[in-house]
Amino acid sequence: MGNLLEVNDLTIKFRTAKATSTAVRNVSFSLEAGETLCIVGESGSGKSITSLSLMGLLPENGEVSNGSIRLNGEELVGKTEEELRKIRGNEISMIFQEPMTALNPVFTVGYQIQEPLRIHKRMSKQEATVKSVELLKQVGIPNPKEKIHQYPHELSGGMRQRVMIAMALACEPSLLIADEPTTALDVTIQAQILDIMDDLKEEFGMGVVFVTHDMGVVAEIADRVMVMYAGDVIEVNDVQTLFEDPKHPYTKGLLGAVPNVDDETQEMKVIPGSMPSMEDDIPGCRFHPRCPMAMDICKEKKPALIDVGKENAAVRCWLQEVDTNADTTIAASGGFENVLSD
Amino acid sequence: MSTDLAIETNSSNSEKKKDGFIVETVKKLVQNKLAVIGLVIIFIQVVLAISAPFIVSYGPYEQDPTATYLGVGSEGHFLGTDNYGRDMWSRIVYGSRISLIVGVSTVAIGLLGGITLGLLAGYFKKLDAIIMRIVDLLFAFPGILLAMLIIAMLGTSLVNVVIAISIWSIPGCARIVRGSVLSVKKQEYVMALRSVGAGNTRILLKHILPNCTAPIIVFATTRMATAILSTASLSYLGLGAQPPTPEWGAMIAAGQNFMWDAPHMAVIPGVAIMLTVFAFNVVGDGLRDALDPNMNV
Repeated sequence: MGNLLEVNDLTIKFRTAKATSTAVRNVSFSLEAGETLCIVGESGSGKSITSLSLMGLLPENGEVSNGSIRLNGEELVGKTEEELRKIRGNEISMIFQEPMTALNPVFTVGYQIQEPLRIHKRMSKQEATVKSVELLKQVGIPNPKEKIHQYPHELSGGMRQRVMIAMALACEPSLLIADEPTTALDVTIQAQILDIMDDLKEEFGMGVVFVTHDMGVVAEIADRVMVMYAGDVIEVNDVQTLFEDPKHPYTKGLLGAVPNVDDETQEMKVIPGSMPSMEDDIPGCRFHPRCPMAMDICKEKKPALIDVGKENAAVRCWLQEVDTNADTTIAASGGFENVLSD
Repeated sequence: MSTDLAIETNSSNSEKKKDGFIVETVKKLVQNKLAVIGLVIIFIQVVLAISAPFIVSYGPYEQDPTATYLGVGSEGHFLGTDNYGRDMWSRIVYGSRISLIVGVSTVAIGLLGGITLGLLAGYFKKLDAIIMRIVDLLFAFPGILLAMLIIAMLGTSLVNVVIAISIWSIPGCARIVRGSVLSVKKQEYVMALRSVGAGNTRILLKHILPNCTAPIIVFATTRMATAILSTASLSYLGLGAQPPTPEWGAMIAAGQNFMWDAPHMAVIPGVAIMLTVFAFNVVGDGLRDALDPNMNV
């Protein structure tokens, strides 16, 4: 069976007044139906841009300059706006970060859930109302019949995010893109939303692309994880392996930066330095200026994505090359502590 | 989990105000005393204009050579008569009809043009530069001069005054609408709408426009005052309504010749203009405060 979503060699460029800069470089990944792929990275890593490009919703000065995005074998890159509109909300849907601002304040939530139904399914008002009540019930909103007459400002953040999910799922899409849907919510509400998303994923048999920077959320929801850094994919693996045995120093850094609640004396670990901007031209591996284990080759040549063991698992790091070729083990752990104490 | 949900929704229910948006705005507006006075004046004027034929004893054109220059408080003519013996009260009441019709129609045409241009300019980046440069061009003329220019081209009549003042209203409205569109289109719900497959027309007319209504309402109200004042000014200058039309501005122009003998002929229409303009301005101000979510009374 073919994959639900196949992204190949995707490169996204932005035109600015000064120059053209590359936000996402040669990203490839695939997703099966019923699978959740988490895209993880810091702000500016290109994770949100990647997810927007799947919908064809890049900002006006951005464009996919290379590569292909295939949904159920159908090429999305190069489609006209009109063709993309038929796909958006129908086959691919998206949930946004801020439930506070992602709903139009002047319409009732019921009206807004009905929008995709009326756009794509051409439902009558009555049919759409019945369906929207049903959808609200599915996302766990109590008294859906009353709630459809309420305005967004009358609902709490968690409730609004549920409404957004209902709106996204209205036409039963095969692919759901979630751009940090829980970042703006309380931790308890986060857990509820993640549960609902997981349940509905099973129910609808959707593929989910989940963009986040919260490793806790990743552990909760992901089947597979793709780590991005400055527009590059640097590591892909299933969630279990990635958490237990991260290969890339950046992934290790990310996991190390999750604070441990049990250890009160622990100092917060950080990855020194900050994400380079799109315009910065860094020779070699784009992480090497911040990498505690940078070698000479890292500064000169950019490593390729190297397969590690099984299918759909790869790392973009010279250490891996050294590992597999010369079978030398490099003490990777402790690298960041060394940098910190410097 | 279900109990959690129940608590959460209950608390959010009790916090919120039950009133709808319109009720809340009206409540805030009523708290503003000046705005209430303005509303009362406008209301009285509208009632007078509608019921004009039933509340006057003489027609506005009816001359009585035996009762010219009667002062205020004369028997049968409580606002007096003019140099032809026409009843001032009747002319003022019929004049309010003209003022209101001209005001409403110029604002309606101005809004139609201004909203269309503003929406297009704010939403489509490519049209923005072209439309806004044309608007800037219109802005470069002083308003009354622009109106006079248009009337000079079209000829003097009340209809041409309406056309002239409408055109003059367009740029201001276009700017205000464009400004609101620019801020509204950056909201995440516009992106969310695009993500469910809504097209530009749907987003622009059904979702962005309703979010721009507050500044448009305020603009329309204060613009009414300007339109009425400009009509009177143009008529006073002889460019609008021509005698014997009972237009307030034209009445002042006719009355000023008798300023020393019968001052009421110029003063009464002047007061009528002043009250109307004052009323629309204070209501406009009141609405601006009531519709501004950042102003908590």
